[in-house]
Amino acid sequence: MEFRFPVDTAFAHLCRTAGEESAGVFTIREEFMSFSNPTRRGLIKTGAIASASIALPTYLRADGHTGFTNAPQGDTVTLGFNVPQSGPYADEGADELRAFELAVEHLNGEGDGGMMQTFSSKALDGTGILGKKVQFVTGDTQTKSDAARASAKSMIEKDGAVMISGGSSSGVAVAVQALCQEAGIIFMAGLTHSNDTTGKDKRANGFRHFFNSYMSGAALAPILANEYGADRKAYHLTADYNWGYTTEEAVRSSTEALGWETVNAVKTPLTATDFSAYIAPVIQSGADVLVLNHYGGNMVNSLTNAVQFGLRGQTVNGKKFEIVVPLYSELMARGAGANIKGIIGSQNWDWSLEDKLGARYTGTNAFVQSFGTKYGFPPSQAAHTCYVQTLLYADAVTRAGSFNPCAVVEALAGFEFDGLGNGPTLYRADDHQCFKDVLVVKGKENPENQYDLVEIVEVTPAEQVTYAPDHPQFSGGSLGTCNPGA
Amino acid sequence: MDAILLQILNGLDKGSAYALIALGLTLIFGTLGVVNFAHGALFMIGAFCAVTFSKMLSFSHIVVDETKKDFLGNPLKVEVPYIHDLFGVTTGDAIIDWAVPLSILFTIPVMIGIGFIMERGLIKHFYHRPHADQILVTFGLAIVLQEVIKYFYGANPIPTPAPAAFAGSFDFGAMLGFEANNIIYPYWRLVYFAFAAVIIGAVFAFLQFTTFGMVVRAGMADRETVGLLGIDIDKRFTIMFGIAAAVAGLAGVMYAPINSPNYHMGMDFLVLSFVVVVVGGMGSLPGAVLAGFLLGILESFASMAVVLEFIPGINQIIIYLVAIIILLTRPRGLMGRKGVMED
Repeated sequence: MEFRFPVDTAFAHLCRTAGEESAGVFTIREEFMSFSNPTRRGLIKTGAIASASIALPTYLRADGHTGFTNAPQGDTVTLGFNVPQSGPYADEGADELRAFELAVEHLNGEGDGGMMQTFSSKALDGTGILGKKVQFVTGDTQTKSDAARASAKSMIEKDGAVMISGGSSSGVAVAVQALCQEAGIIFMAGLTHSNDTTGKDKRANGFRHFFNSYMSGAALAPILANEYGADRKAYHLTADYNWGYTTEEAVRSSTEALGWETVNAVKTPLTATDFSAYIAPVIQSGADVLVLNHYGGNMVNSLTNAVQFGLRGQTVNGKKFEIVVPLYSELMARGAGANIKGIIGSQNWDWSLEDKLGARYTGTNAFVQSFGTKYGFPPSQAAHTCYVQTLLYADAVTRAGSFNPCAVVEALAGFEFDGLGNGPTLYRADDHQCFKDVLVVKGKENPENQYDLVEIVEVTPAEQVTYAPDHPQFSGGSLGTCNPGA
Repeated sequence: MDAILLQILNGLDKGSAYALIALGLTLIFGTLGVVNFAHGALFMIGAFCAVTFSKMLSFSHIVVDETKKDFLGNPLKVEVPYIHDLFGVTTGDAIIDWAVPLSILFTIPVMIGIGFIMERGLIKHFYHRPHADQILVTFGLAIVLQEVIKYFYGANPIPTPAPAAFAGSFDFGAMLGFEANNIIYPYWRLVYFAFAAVIIGAVFAFLQFTTFGMVVRAGMADRETVGLLGIDIDKRFTIMFGIAAAVAGLAGVMYAPINSPNYHMGMDFLVLSFVVVVVGGMGSLPGAVLAGFLLGILESFASMAVVLEFIPGINQIIIYLVAIIILLTRPRGLMGRKGVMED
């Protein structure tokens, strides 16, 4: 009896175990597959093998054992994009997904090539990755660590994804990064700003292109001292979770080093929607600056409440009261509307960077052109970092000549590149963190259109935001060694 | 003293929202006997009525401005609201500026309609089912409604500002003789409080001083006897469901400038509003209002830095803590009626 079917299906694997293979044709031994004369023993054997085969993750099955997890078979390679498709960051996740789709198009030689034209490394040629056409699967992180791990696990085990990327939360990034390390998969982090991602929770298989809380603090402090003076009293409202803590610590230490005093720091629940009860005491505290260590809906609501309570119109200690938002997001700024005007914060990248600051940030316009033409609006910084991470991964595989995670780690660690919109950038080997210029921005007073939300106050050079790998804000973790899995 | 006064003021506006939602909830429970977990979603839909009306007023046609460029370097497409063509730029902008208060007129019929469809289309089929079934179906409905809103409006908050005349804040402390700049209160929150007071007063007056209200109250007390008198009490209760939906919607409309509406805002209020209803006493309208303001003010006090220093995290549990204490000492809640939710 003969059955013919594609060699890479789960059914083929079952038959490989239960029969003999010859040129893609399996002959099933009768005791395993006797449909016409079923026996109790045959049925039990077949059932047991089938159950075991289905239960095993792809990377533990025989065809995954080629030295590393999910070695691509055939002429395609699968990437897994794990983004928030539901929950409060779904819009940011949708923008990330757009960028991933664009990156895959460009890698496969479709579209105008985007940043592949400006990227300093010329390894990518539009024929996929190592000649394999790139395809992708997506997962929904829901901005919940457990859900994100489950979706990443599914993409690794069921879909055979060889790399996982995306996300819009540090909690998710840390959780998924740890999973990828265990599974022997490369994790190219999306939007994650907590120090811990490349600090105490860093992993050899994980890489972060996005900047972090320390860099925001280091970039912001001199500008804040310059704009508002060195004699200021700050009041921090901090989202009560990991990212909030590291951001507060970073901004506090940077501003205190320049002479600012921290009057109080109050943690606010992540689920809070009305911050009036937290903002009202700010007025009576004697503070003249309010630092909102909030992101997403928290940031929109706390900033809106602070403006409603007239903080910005007040004069305290003889100085005009100011509000600072350490991490800016274009999508969130849109939610805050006119309240964002004049508020200083920091960004990883902005779509107008090359137009405003010239060729150092080459690649920006190429990406904006591709993205804008395809989708009708400019990309967010979340989209940018996800697009760049995909290209960087593909480039590292191509330069390494292998999808083996350890070869990729070797190619990416210490890699210096340019032409991806941020100027000259280093993927530091010690912690797999990218070091590049950081933007200090201010909400635009008179926007010309709905996308023209921020003006760039200054670009802080990479050297000024670079720190030692053993800096106290990043201590406590170990990169470990790469895990190829399988 | 001024810090205490400030937190009382803060609690009043939050309490107003709790009271309005809880009033609708307890009205539905008292009339139809249904525990409506979709009530928070009605509050959210009300806020999105303001967003929709605002967008309708700003409905535009495109004019290409050759002198300006868009982000791709093409001539800029400028959106010109039709209302400018109809009334001129100044009047048109003034109408758009007042979109939120004007949207009340749009919200009332929409919310009554939604309430009517909800009650006739779904909830009436669950009148004789256990409360657990009612909770499941209305909670499911709430999730469906918020996903529908997310599909059309996205997940991000949508700024819906108050009219410019109410955008600022005033020095309430100085008015009372305190030091200047110590008790600052936004105008719109005061408007919200006053609005809530008017709505609550109107609902009470409607139930107390109209024949319709009298029949509804009689039906709440003894539905069967009212039915035996030849009065179609079901029809009146359906109308009450519509009114409760409109109250939740109006609470949402006026809340839109306080916090930019997002699809999840109903859920944020729902659980707290249920606690308010339970603390106030199931089925008691004055209890719901009293508990709404009480818990709103307590929540504000618990968020003060000085309180948090002594008891960290108290701001997140205060409402539930108070609910436990009240239910232990007064099992029917503050103003609960005998026989409601009791076998």
